[in-house]
Amino acid sequence: MATQILMPALSPTMEEGTLAKWLVKEGDTVTSGMIIAEIETDKATMEFEAVDEGVMGKILIAEGTEGVKVNTPIAVLVEEGESAEDVAAEPKAAAPKAEAAPESSVKADAPVAAQPAAKLPAVPQPDWPEGTKMKSMTVREALREAMAEEMRGNENVFLMGEEVGEYQGAYKISQGLLDEFGARRVIDTPITEAGFAGLAVGAAWGGLNPIVEFMTFNFAMQAIDHIINSAAKTNYMSGGQLPCPIVFRGPNGAAARVAAQHSQDYAAWYSHVPGLKVVMPYSAADAKGLLKAAIRDPNPVIFLENEILYGRTFEVPDLEDFTVEIGKARIARPGKDVTIVSFGIGMTYALEAAEKLAAEGIDAEVIDLRTIRPMDTATIIASVQKTNRLVTVEEGFPQSSVGNFISATVMMEAFDYLDAPVINLCGKDVPMPYAANLEKLALVTTAEVIEAVKKVTYR
Amino acid sequence: MAARKTTEKSNVSGEELLKYYRDMLLIRRFEEKAGQLYGMGLIGGFCHLYIGQEAVVVGIEAAAKDGDKRITSYRDHGHMLVCGMDPKGVMAELTGRIGGYSKGKGGSMHMFSREKHFYGGHGIVGAQVPLGTGLAFSDKYKGNDNVTFTYFGDGAANQGQVYESYNMAELWNLPVVYVIENNQYAMGTSTKRSTKSPNLWERGAAYGIKGEAVDGMDVLAVKAAAEKAIAACRAGDGPYILEVMTYRYRGHSMSDPAKYRTREEVQKMREERDAIERVRELLIGSGQASDDDLKAIDKEIKAVVNEAAEFSKDSPEPDVSELWTDIYA
Repeated sequence: MATQILMPALSPTMEEGTLAKWLVKEGDTVTSGMIIAEIETDKATMEFEAVDEGVMGKILIAEGTEGVKVNTPIAVLVEEGESAEDVAAEPKAAAPKAEAAPESSVKADAPVAAQPAAKLPAVPQPDWPEGTKMKSMTVREALREAMAEEMRGNENVFLMGEEVGEYQGAYKISQGLLDEFGARRVIDTPITEAGFAGLAVGAAWGGLNPIVEFMTFNFAMQAIDHIINSAAKTNYMSGGQLPCPIVFRGPNGAAARVAAQHSQDYAAWYSHVPGLKVVMPYSAADAKGLLKAAIRDPNPVIFLENEILYGRTFEVPDLEDFTVEIGKARIARPGKDVTIVSFGIGMTYALEAAEKLAAEGIDAEVIDLRTIRPMDTATIIASVQKTNRLVTVEEGFPQSSVGNFISATVMMEAFDYLDAPVINLCGKDVPMPYAANLEKLALVTTAEVIEAVKKVTYR
Repeated sequence: MAARKTTEKSNVSGEELLKYYRDMLLIRRFEEKAGQLYGMGLIGGFCHLYIGQEAVVVGIEAAAKDGDKRITSYRDHGHMLVCGMDPKGVMAELTGRIGGYSKGKGGSMHMFSREKHFYGGHGIVGAQVPLGTGLAFSDKYKGNDNVTFTYFGDGAANQGQVYESYNMAELWNLPVVYVIENNQYAMGTSTKRSTKSPNLWERGAAYGIKGEAVDGMDVLAVKAAAEKAIAACRAGDGPYILEVMTYRYRGHSMSDPAKYRTREEVQKMREERDAIERVRELLIGSGQASDDDLKAIDKEIKAVVNEAAEFSKDSPEPDVSELWTDIYA
């Protein structure tokens, strides 16, 4: 039976091309893999190989023809003894039309791009029952307790990173874990972030639940390809076959006097990526409850800690198995005049400002976002509908900040409730300077929060 | 590489040889069909064919057992077919249809099968090396004797993360066989132009990793080397590096005009070194199969590939709701 040879698409963008040259003539024997023509695409001149075997029956498009559309029959291959004339008369086109990929059923005007995240209840539920016994604990202890509890409960949970074992943790978060769990589960790595981040993602696919500690998130930039391309995207790319239950954790943001390469807040960076969850706790209770939830989560979770907060003490519920749901904001301080949204160390400035503003008669509601992705925008919207004013506070750079996203969301969903433009307070748009006075200027401050609140409340 | 010796004897049974013949032929015919469907616009984007390299994956997999894992780069169709994934599902992924292994959301470079322990299909050159090392880590952690085959090319061999992986794999004695598929060209850059040290496997020595070079146009040589490497890994003496010398007949991807090498070079490899021809000659020469036997296999493979192609055209595009699924587990 005769086979039509069609003008091939030889690049992802090619729609038509020039049939530059035939390398066979009518009557020649053609074998599979034989180069039969040269075709000029939008990018280059390509050799065109035969797929089927036979005899070149008829050349339909002469060499030198320009603008030959992809899938146009350019020649007919016949079997030994078959005549090209029979073929020319043959009515049945062997290929394209019906076989061409159907038009995508996605309508251009369908609102898929704007599909909102799942709605959450606007009123956050308390994280623990009333009357629960509390204990004082630093953020450092809370993080350690969270890991230890999860490692006791699940043999497949292990901790990996630089100096997590014998050194007892560069910031002492993992202190004592090596003694309790041994070197099989508390693993000191070489200084090799891309390597061990990738290795841990593979281990997660292999059925384990890795906790990867980055000594600081600054060094995770060495590994960001694996965090995004390997960990975050594979569940989607595999049609749901390969989830990646992994936690990447470590200190994030400015510490003190360590300058630009060691002082950066990555909240906005990671929050950009579908497939990741991004958590940034402020209190010890949230640090513990959210880290336990992160370790149990079947998805990759970026868990952003802060060196300055490690030593701060908070009240933590004394419960046997205390977790905090990822994706829920917390109203840290109820108020009615203005909403301040922050997370991580930004909460320090937000809460301090709220105290001082209260003395001046301004009643601020402070929301601790806790999870940056998926974001509990419902709690923010509900608050803004009440206060009509919004200030966001974060340490990261201003352009494409978390606050920018919150502003856009509020504008789209609660525009009519706003009585003043939203202010996004951020770190300054400069690499972090070393000099003490300049560093202070580069960071967001309580005074700036107070000033911004006064501006949106027209005081 | 020297011309093929047709007098070579093998101590492999005819049955095994026929299986390798069949597996290699399936890859070749599948890839030819994929190239054809690409030309018809049914497959989009990037499409990297495995034609010429068939003996590598067939030889390695011939030494595998149930439970072993594998991971590779974007030139991945052959690996999937040999580890038992359904050609229909692979082809339908190439055409971006719901019947594909990733429901059409991954494409040629991103396919997976947890059932067959195939962990992709990775589009970032070299990224699969730490990932595969981690798969081996998980088996060591669990205390079983599974081995992971981590395939990468001569191009990826210059990525830093390969050596980060070597270091950790040897430090922790991980059961991973690194299979360097040296097809001599990283896209358009020959190894001579990219790599000062001629033997990629020897770089493992800097980390204390054993390795060797293997003739990748000889499926039996690949199998023998794989058996040795796998045995070392199962015995707790991993990792192991195999640099398999091979050659791809087609361009780097479908849109590569391959001007960096001569037509004669490709033709010479095809005529003198082709891995499938080699097994064909072994089978015929030893009387383990007749011309008619092999013709019957050809026919059978053609039918499998045609069926896969038909399926890949008939399977519908994913429902629009799939846009929003599988982002989170």
